[in-house]
Amino acid sequence: MTGDAMLRQAPRLTLILLTAPVLAGLAGTIVPAFRDDLAGFRNLVAAPGFKSGLWLSIQTGLASTAGALLITVLILAGLYGSRAFATIQHLLAPLLAVPHAAAALGLAFLISPSGWIARVFSPWATGWEAPPDLLILNDPAGLSLTLGLIAKEVPFLLLMAIAVLPQVDAPRRLLVAQSLGAGRVAGFVIGVLPSLYRQLRLPVYAVLAYSMTAVDMAMILGPTLPHTLSVQIALWMTEPTLTQQSTAAAAAVVQLLAVLGALGTWRMTEVVARRLTLHLAEAGLRLPWVDKPARALGAMLGLLLAGLLFLALAGMALWSVAGLWGFPHSLPESLSFKTWLRSAPALMESGGITLRIALWSTLMALIAVLACLEAEHRFGLVPGARALWILYLPLLMPQVAFLPGVQWVLLRGGADGTWGAVAASHVIFVLPYVFLSLAPAYRGWDGRVAVAGATLGAAPWRVFLYLRLPMLLRPVLTAFAVGMAVSIGQYLPTLLIGGGRIETLTTEAVALSSGGNRRLIGAYALLQMLLPALFFGLALLIPTLVYRNRRALRVSI
Amino acid sequence: MTGVLHLDHLRVTRGEITLVDLNLSVAPGTVLTIMGPSGSGKSTALSAILGTLARGFRQEGHITLDGQDITPLPPHLRRVGLLFQDDVLFPHMSVGTNLAFAIPPWIKGRMARKIMVDEALASAGLAGFAPRDPSTLSGGQRARVALMRTLLAQPCALLLDEPFSRLDTELRGQIRDFVFDRVRTAGLATVLVTHDREDALTAGGPVVTPLGQPVRP
Repeated sequence: MTGDAMLRQAPRLTLILLTAPVLAGLAGTIVPAFRDDLAGFRNLVAAPGFKSGLWLSIQTGLASTAGALLITVLILAGLYGSRAFATIQHLLAPLLAVPHAAAALGLAFLISPSGWIARVFSPWATGWEAPPDLLILNDPAGLSLTLGLIAKEVPFLLLMAIAVLPQVDAPRRLLVAQSLGAGRVAGFVIGVLPSLYRQLRLPVYAVLAYSMTAVDMAMILGPTLPHTLSVQIALWMTEPTLTQQSTAAAAAVVQLLAVLGALGTWRMTEVVARRLTLHLAEAGLRLPWVDKPARALGAMLGLLLAGLLFLALAGMALWSVAGLWGFPHSLPESLSFKTWLRSAPALMESGGITLRIALWSTLMALIAVLACLEAEHRFGLVPGARALWILYLPLLMPQVAFLPGVQWVLLRGGADGTWGAVAASHVIFVLPYVFLSLAPAYRGWDGRVAVAGATLGAAPWRVFLYLRLPMLLRPVLTAFAVGMAVSIGQYLPTLLIGGGRIETLTTEAVALSSGGNRRLIGAYALLQMLLPALFFGLALLIPTLVYRNRRALRVSI
Repeated sequence: MTGVLHLDHLRVTRGEITLVDLNLSVAPGTVLTIMGPSGSGKSTALSAILGTLARGFRQEGHITLDGQDITPLPPHLRRVGLLFQDDVLFPHMSVGTNLAFAIPPWIKGRMARKIMVDEALASAGLAGFAPRDPSTLSGGQRARVALMRTLLAQPCALLLDEPFSRLDTELRGQIRDFVFDRVRTAGLATVLVTHDREDALTAGGPVVTPLGQPVRP
């Protein structure tokens, strides 16, 4: 095959690369569930806490997705285009890079009965001399889990929406609606939201599927008696007994159906909501009095979430260098680097393997994405809606429902438990995000540069290597950093495909979370957060240095 | 390298509409001007000669250059140079690297290539500009760098896509003379696309519409 013919096949191969493991994994998970006269299902129904765990999953998933979407829309409707909006955007964007586990651990430090918030108000306001016996963290209703999910998903939805808004002509539509006498919020809901939502639908579905099935966040923040279903499945799966395995498989089937059911319910709600906005538009909704409170509420919630996450991260950093830090004290009585020094070898080892897996999986994903986008450009391919759905497939299917199947296949091939297999499994989750991050800039590149290059006698590969890639250095590096952040944050694939033998910062941090060593948890979580931040920093710094003498490529940070 | 550019019954259609219908030759050192209002198929004619027609266009006929049929060749092998409306200098490269990028790969040796760049700059009145950032140059300087870059690639024919329309009046005449002077010296078969009467008059060659009708400028 010639290079051209291979490149032409790149999009198709990439879509197969994404779908094959997911579909094979689903089959590999589902089939064992139906063996032995449905023994798995019978055990599952008899298992204590199954029903309440299932309800918890559905409840926290729907509540956090609805909450995150509502807050996102409120921030957009009340503040889009204002200076406060720019501030919130700048505060929330870096938080996207914080791994879920690190954010959850930080929040746990903040809101637990012996956490920072309780300390600041004790004993003078609360009268507590010792941590109160309250179940704030891991509360049975899953409220702290819902809060954690909302805090982590709002930055994601907001940034996805910001990327789409110019495409739906939001500024002009808002102006028109307002010139017709509608308030800002009413104008946004009637004039912009329907088109915005159509483009935001897949990200919202991904958030819903993730929130219902998250394992790492639910282990740290979620209820324990019972666990959410996904946590219960993960625990069963890591048990070596065969009964537990078939119960896990049956539970994974239930989890998959629950996610599909929730997505269906969500879709129906969309239809109703759409009718409602049309109805409101016809009724002449103006509501100018909503604007002021909506603006205030949007700003408050945005700042509150950002503040919460920043405090959470600061708390972790402080714990990692805390000496003695007794309960009602707001600050440690002394500082020490003992934790860091003592655990340096272990941190280095986990950090090293984390980096190695992230680098390889991101590199593979980036090469595939570049090949797809270059093929699109060179052969004039136009990806359809179906390709976008396939791109989102790994994000819509619950990880617990297809990773066990993948693990089983790898086990047969004797490749499980190696860092290479873990890196390969990460590619499935890294690739969609790398694609989503890079595609707009790649497609928006000035095509005349390619024509100019060709008329100067440069072959397509030379145009790609010397013109396109260097001009797109910043978005390529940003996409790379996004990929690194996604890989570093992966918990379940690392745990399952690694067979418990591959210990990354994330698996270690989550494993430590059940213990009480806050200093050590702080160190792991901080490092887990700093690694992606480092790559985002490089993505800003490298182009600035390389192009310091190129005015046209300078971007104000 | 010089040669005749022959448009042999070149027809481009889109659906039912014929956009381009040309059957003529352009001799080395002369300029053919294609004139017409925007949307009349001027740029389509250029794309056909360059080999960059988008999907949805149908092309018939042949384009030969110096006796060779270039119709089946990809753009980078056609040896047809192009000047855009904007200079399209590569923003990430210095002025010198922009020029060096265009020098054909068979010219070996760092020194030889550097000398070619310096000579090209000097002949355009831009001696010492090699290390400069293109975005720090004036419009007229950029236009001259763009032309020198096109010539360094040693094309056999040259296409000019309204290359003067973005320049202000004073600069316009100056750059126009500079370009046409170089075209004649290099002996390139040149096609100019414009809607400007004065461009067509200065070019001095035949003037036609994209459908091949003669025009009196």
